[in-house]
Amino acid sequence: MPVEYWLIFILIVMIIASIAALEMKDILSSIVAIGVVGLGVSLSFLFLQAPDLAIVQFLFEIFALIILVKAFLGKDYHIEEPSRINKILAGVTVITLAAIFIFSVSVFELLPPFGEPLMTTSQYYLENGAKDTGAANLVSSIILDYRAYDTLGEITVLFTAILGAFTILRIKSKSKKDKTELSHAAK
Amino acid sequence: MQQNDGMTLIVKTVTRISVWMILLYGIYIIFHGHLSPGGGFAGGVIIALALLNVLLAFGRKFTSEWLNISFLHDLESASATLFLVIGILGISLGGAFLANFMNKGELFALLSAGTILTLNIFIGIKVGMSLFLVVWVLAGSKIVKGE
Repeated sequence: MPVEYWLIFILIVMIIASIAALEMKDILSSIVAIGVVGLGVSLSFLFLQAPDLAIVQFLFEIFALIILVKAFLGKDYHIEEPSRINKILAGVTVITLAAIFIFSVSVFELLPPFGEPLMTTSQYYLENGAKDTGAANLVSSIILDYRAYDTLGEITVLFTAILGAFTILRIKSKSKKDKTELSHAAK
Repeated sequence: MQQNDGMTLIVKTVTRISVWMILLYGIYIIFHGHLSPGGGFAGGVIIALALLNVLLAFGRKFTSEWLNISFLHDLESASATLFLVIGILGISLGGAFLANFMNKGELFALLSAGTILTLNIFIGIKVGMSLFLVVWVLAGSKIVKGE
């Protein structure tokens, strides 16, 4: 069976799972359905022969599942019924997007076949990557040698994220403590 | 979340055995990043998930005694700084920022590929500590109803 059929199958499963995630009333089932979508992305990376990406996607899916379960389970929440204007707006948006997609189908026929032609840069990487960097894994040699600036940027993003989380949550807890102290003093 | 101390005895016993294997697998993925699929990012997430496993199974109080959280914070900042230091060393020794100035070694050997292995280790520490600390902070914050 060629890869394309597997990919189409995975895509259909992912679309069904994302619709299910939106429509389900139970929050845990919804989170599991989102997990199915992520698993589909990870599997399709595996079929497209990108194991590095598949591993990272799979692990982050587990990580996101833990965070979502910890964040949403046991907390009270309520589902807001969309108002009439919102429903009309959503309908107009769907129709417009569908029209754009149908009109742009002919553009897809102009695209080159998958994986072709090989660019000059990737050709250079494939031919000289192992010799230049000494790494057997070409993906590693690209992200940490040829394109190490990208990795530096990713690290900066993570650093900023943890800094922001610590700053905001610390301020919140401190102000809460002040408030309780004030209320105690008032009593 | 702060009051209950973890899950049942079965989960605790399984975690006590499995957490070291998960940590070892993460370290393996980091150190073989230049030879096989994986690398610092994936290995770091595995290490973070191993620590999260302890946090979920044993609870917050035990984890804060078992791990030195402020040391993890220092480790996380230090690995980011060391990444930059290696980049700047590349200017003086290799001629460009983040240049591969170390000995390349043999292809397919564990100690090869120059700075790629070193940078992989730093990224692994950085990603693992950051992701664990983010969940640690988020799990510690309480949502007060009605605010």
